[in-house]
Amino acid sequence: MTVSDPLVRPGYVATGEGGQEMRPRSEVTSAELLREVGAVLRLSEADAAALADSDPDVVGEIDPDLDDQTMIINMGPQHPSTHGVLRLMLELQGETVLRCKPIIGYLHTGMEKTGETLTYMQGGTNVTRMDYASPLNNELVFSMATEKLLGIDGDIPERAQWMRMLLSEMNRMSSHLLFMATNGMDLGAVSMMIYGWREREEVLRFFQKVTGLRMNHNFVRPGGLAADLPPGWRDDVLRILEMLPPRLEEYDTLMTGQPIWRERLQGVGVITPAEALALGATGPILRSTGVEWDLRRGEPYLHYEDVEFDIVVGSYGDAFDRYAIRLAEIRESMRIVHQILDKMPSGDYRIQDKKITPPPRARIDESMEALIHHFKIFTEGFKVPEGEVYVAIESPRGEIGCYLASDGSAVPYRMHIRAPSFVNVQCLPHMMRGGLVADAVAVISSIDPVLGEVDR
Amino acid sequence: MGEHETPADEPPTDEARAEAPVQHGCPVTDSRGQTVLHPTREQYVDVVKALADEGYGMCVDLVGVDYLLHPNRPVADGVTPERFEVVVNLLDIYNRRRIRLRVQVPEHDAVLPTLFDVHPGTEAMEREVFDMFGLSFDAHPDLTRILMPEDWDGHPLRKDYEVGAIPVQFKGAPS
Repeated sequence: MTVSDPLVRPGYVATGEGGQEMRPRSEVTSAELLREVGAVLRLSEADAAALADSDPDVVGEIDPDLDDQTMIINMGPQHPSTHGVLRLMLELQGETVLRCKPIIGYLHTGMEKTGETLTYMQGGTNVTRMDYASPLNNELVFSMATEKLLGIDGDIPERAQWMRMLLSEMNRMSSHLLFMATNGMDLGAVSMMIYGWREREEVLRFFQKVTGLRMNHNFVRPGGLAADLPPGWRDDVLRILEMLPPRLEEYDTLMTGQPIWRERLQGVGVITPAEALALGATGPILRSTGVEWDLRRGEPYLHYEDVEFDIVVGSYGDAFDRYAIRLAEIRESMRIVHQILDKMPSGDYRIQDKKITPPPRARIDESMEALIHHFKIFTEGFKVPEGEVYVAIESPRGEIGCYLASDGSAVPYRMHIRAPSFVNVQCLPHMMRGGLVADAVAVISSIDPVLGEVDR
Repeated sequence: MGEHETPADEPPTDEARAEAPVQHGCPVTDSRGQTVLHPTREQYVDVVKALADEGYGMCVDLVGVDYLLHPNRPVADGVTPERFEVVVNLLDIYNRRRIRLRVQVPEHDAVLPTLFDVHPGTEAMEREVFDMFGLSFDAHPDLTRILMPEDWDGHPLRKDYEVGAIPVQFKGAPS
């Protein structure tokens, strides 16, 4: 190894995985750096002037000594507050974060490839595992895309639609409660972690009663749902709705009004509306900047135009706004669930279309044809006409979309989930730039990424 | 904008689409009620820019599809289906409308210009398409693998990439 060999740089090769990593400034040409910080959209005038004057091909033009003053450290992939296996490379100058690059893929299991081998009936088991904190919304978007391809999206029974709304909103509550727990833990309010998990568990217990599982339900299926609501579901929902308000007030006492909590979050990880829109950020991140965009209102699906709720927006685009928005969205979801309880119609919980609906369980015992029918639907699946659609709904983390391309067979030709976390993670470098390394944890937490969905 | 021969400022209604199935110089089709544009590779970035001026200010999704096993799918008249397709979903949050672009990319020259300069949020999505399909994006600031390890062979979402038992490719792993 000669001295000019780049591999002799100590600390660079030790964790090296090649070009995915962030390179030291001395190896970044100023043209690249200009593009990189140009994407940040927040270039100080001095920086811009220095970059504009520099020769774009000269390496390390900005400050030849900068490499000695800065250091690149790895945060993650194993770090309690990176919410799974997110790895961040941070360029630090003292305590200040100059640049940041998220490196993902540690949880990549090829779920989109798997989706091409599963029938539309089985697809739910796959997509539900992507965003494991809001599985029902994943299933919902996949089912809605399939229904659109089948051309039956207008024929879903009323009860099925209201049940889907109920489950989707309960899932939004459980996901945001989980955020309350992890956000508290990340910022040192460790007891908050226990409270958040405790409340979420109440919601999951309801899911277990309805779907049979706490998570990964595969309950929302093309054509409707797997089963009707169990007896006593209304009392269970009411119990949760009664239990939550005093607990949420506890959260307010514990966190919202606390000076320490505010100091940790206010003004941290600021993002502007223009940046958020340019980066494709959705959900609480976009709303924290004051942009009133929620697909439940913007492009109403199911029966969201029939219920009253407010879209909560922030004004500063900082981590505190994102925390407050999520807390308020739990309350808005409870408001929606109250209205769903009043409006839940009776009727069928799935479409009665022989092509896609398996026969009732009782029929299988008495009819050979029903048994064959059931067997065929669960082994071969049902054929879906050729075409392609993109359907998007509002998940707790933002716009979750499903792009399906069908070649007319029983399995999707291409199944893609537009994961909100995957896109939102791109905001990290922009939020962290110029911040303190101690705030990095608060910023990651405020994005609320679910790595199962980022990596898929 | 040279492509403004057709009225494209109004959200297309069903009647308007039937009369003028062209927007920004590229054919328009309807897929289950969703508007789809079919620009060529040369038109691609200009069309996205023109649409951004019209209000489609957000690129929500950019997907690759490998049509190796389904070459004769329906596309718009006058568009030659190629092996790869890049599908871009644009969103206009102020007028509450969406539009989709399907760009054909031939196998022998699997390159597209990047959308990074119009929508910086496509950075990770284009990396994913590069990683999964091996399409490259001209002038992308950081075209490296994003989900697979850096030294992985092949592009998993291609249809000729078999699922099944494959040797462990991580560095230093016994294989």
